Amino acid sequence: MSNEKVKEPFMHITKRADISRGKSWLIRIASILVALVFCAVIIVLLTGENPLSVYITMFKGAVGTTRRIWSLLQNVAMLLCVSLAVTPAFRMKFWNIGAEGQVLIGGLATTACMILLGNKLPTPVLMIVIFVSSIVAGAIWALIPAIFKAIWNTNETLFTLMMNYIAMQIVSYFAYVWSVPKGSGAIGVINPNTQAGWFPSVLNQKYLLNIVIVAVLTVIVYIYLKYSKHGYEIAVVGESENTAKYIGINVKKVIIRTMLVSGALCGIAGILLVSGTDHTLTKDTAAGRGFTAIIVSWLAKFNPIYMVLTSLLIVFLQKGAVEISSKFELNDSFSDIITGIIIFFIIGSEFFINYKLNFNKKGENK
Amino acid sequence: MKKFLKVMAIVLVVAMIGVFAACGNKTTDDTTTTAPAAVDASKVKIGFIMLHDENSTYDLNFINGAKAACEKLGIVPIIKTNIPETNECYEAAADLADQGCNIVFADSFGHESFMIQAAKEYKDVQFCHATGTRAHTEGLDNYHNAFASIYEGRYLAGVAAGLKLNEMIEAGKFKAEDAKIGYVGAFTYAEVISGYTSFFLGARSVCPTATMEVQFTGSWYDETAEKEAATLLIGNGCKLISQHADSMGAPTACETAGIPDVSYNGSTVDQCPNTFIVSSRINWEPYFEYIIGQVAAGKAIDTDWTGSIETGSVELTAVNEKAAAEGTQAKIDEVKAAIKAGTVKVFDTSKFTVGGKAVDTYLADVDTDEAYTGDTEVIKDGAFLESEFRSAPYFDLRIDGITLLNEKY
Repeated sequence: MSNEKVKEPFMHITKRADISRGKSWLIRIASILVALVFCAVIIVLLTGENPLSVYITMFKGAVGTTRRIWSLLQNVAMLLCVSLAVTPAFRMKFWNIGAEGQVLIGGLATTACMILLGNKLPTPVLMIVIFVSSIVAGAIWALIPAIFKAIWNTNETLFTLMMNYIAMQIVSYFAYVWSVPKGSGAIGVINPNTQAGWFPSVLNQKYLLNIVIVAVLTVIVYIYLKYSKHGYEIAVVGESENTAKYIGINVKKVIIRTMLVSGALCGIAGILLVSGTDHTLTKDTAAGRGFTAIIVSWLAKFNPIYMVLTSLLIVFLQKGAVEISSKFELNDSFSDIITGIIIFFIIGSEFFINYKLNFNKKGENK
Repeated sequence: MKKFLKVMAIVLVVAMIGVFAACGNKTTDDTTTTAPAAVDASKVKIGFIMLHDENSTYDLNFINGAKAACEKLGIVPIIKTNIPETNECYEAAADLADQGCNIVFADSFGHESFMIQAAKEYKDVQFCHATGTRAHTEGLDNYHNAFASIYEGRYLAGVAAGLKLNEMIEAGKFKAEDAKIGYVGAFTYAEVISGYTSFFLGARSVCPTATMEVQFTGSWYDETAEKEAATLLIGNGCKLISQHADSMGAPTACETAGIPDVSYNGSTVDQCPNTFIVSSRINWEPYFEYIIGQVAAGKAIDTDWTGSIETGSVELTAVNEKAAAEGTQAKIDEVKAAIKAGTVKVFDTSKFTVGGKAVDTYLADVDTDEAYTGDTEVIKDGAFLESEFRSAPYFDLRIDGITLLNEKY
């Protein structure tokens, strides 16, 4: 044999056949730690602040006081609710990025009930009307792209995205029509004195009802996806439409039905936002949750129980970020950078969970 | 598993080394720059809630005022930016109260209901709100509105615009009857209507042939829409632009097209050196000093405070000689003195008509209600008394000479 040098790569990548749950969580936690360290470098380089005090501020900003904890939980519930809404469609590989609009239309229906019927109906009747109309409104907003997808195979991503902008314009229009004082474009708090159509405080906590509703929804969606026949059909359609057809699943029906469920859940999110917290409507009411929900759902691998953790993580980062920008007088964009880096590392960790790095030992192949 | 841990450990160690190396260089200034604020000597703690951040000319104007006032009085403000007009505003206000603020201030119209909600809950904290309309009817001791007679500033800025139009007419750039002004407005709302009308009356006081077109964007801050609106107005033949919306959209569209711009909220001369003429703005510093001073002295804050030229609340920025007509500053000073002396009234009813007729009586919706009922006679002695019965503007007449291109907002 000659002494011919074979150039060997330093490492190669192989797909992991299987990974234990413990190990995959270890990778995820490690990725967050690495992200924090990396962010620390960025913080020092860009601002000269002490990274540790930035992190402490962040932590305090998210859970520093009882009020902040409740606010955190309320925001987690809202983000989780929208994430639950997009998940059934995502499992079906129907890329519904129209949750923002579906939530807004649901919220618009709630607002309309509160303004037009608020002081005319007894509270229980009013709440039923609000729930039914908002759920139907959200479902219709999701149904439109679903029908187009099922019948004409239109691109659902573009379609649902554009439906968001239509929803925002409609909301802007009604915010103007109902504005007080005239023309200001702001509706203001609806029924401030009678509180008609407002969620009641439960155990003296005004957000508790929201949180409980979302907790119940989480369990229902989990069971629906995992144990029901519908859930199975969604999974099959998601894996392969042809297989679904072959075993006799009506794919069109599943697409439409699943989007109705998604839209209805968005409608509930709209109710929780308008009746449950804001008591008003602006085109920013959904606050980008329709898009953030996509990340939450993906990070949790479309598992509703994991989504509790991922939405907690994201809301925690957001809340902490707001406090950083206030305390250190840094622009909000800086907090966005930090949040972005952390999410990037977490998403990146999925690579290490699915693939394995093999370092070639020197001389092994000689 | 072991191998995996080893790899992770290496990655972590490498990253750690990086950080400590970076920290090592920096430790000395870290301790000085990030030490928490020393025990507050003064007993007043003030928190601010801003709708956007310093990228918005509107919010920047508040942020600058807040910092200047606090620096002067030797206190450190807590500023929360990008707080939307939702329950988040209530949360922010309550959070500031929890942090021990004696005063919480919010800068955007839509914050009002949430500030009132917080005011009802925290009776010992003073809640102050700019541009709001409800303090005088809400009956809360600790909730206050503030605004300034900015229509006077707009009128002065309008004079500068009229002089510029005259100069362009004399230079033969267009005929006197083509002296059309374009105005980018946010909403068809009294605050905006009062602003563009006073601006127009100021311009027409020196350039009698001036007319105006207004395009609304339906948003207080939408850079693209504001830019498009300005471009549309320029395309319609407007010779000069002004705006009442908070982004740099209109000023930059003017700079690109080479059309003179009378700005708002502050000088845009740095970004628009060739087209910026002058800008009117509310200087919030006097108000902030006032509320901090009152609370420090244990005195009550006015329920409805209106700043004016007198209080230093209504200001014009420096005139940009490069773009403005000759003698602009002198003329502004002259008219300003006349307004102060009361010889010039901005909304002099002999200077405008509605539907071809003079207006001698008008019931304005001063006490805000959902049906917009007019409740207060606001015309007296030949003038519409703006900001007299409450600080926030209520002039919403559609006067002749101004065309609204879109009224949907």
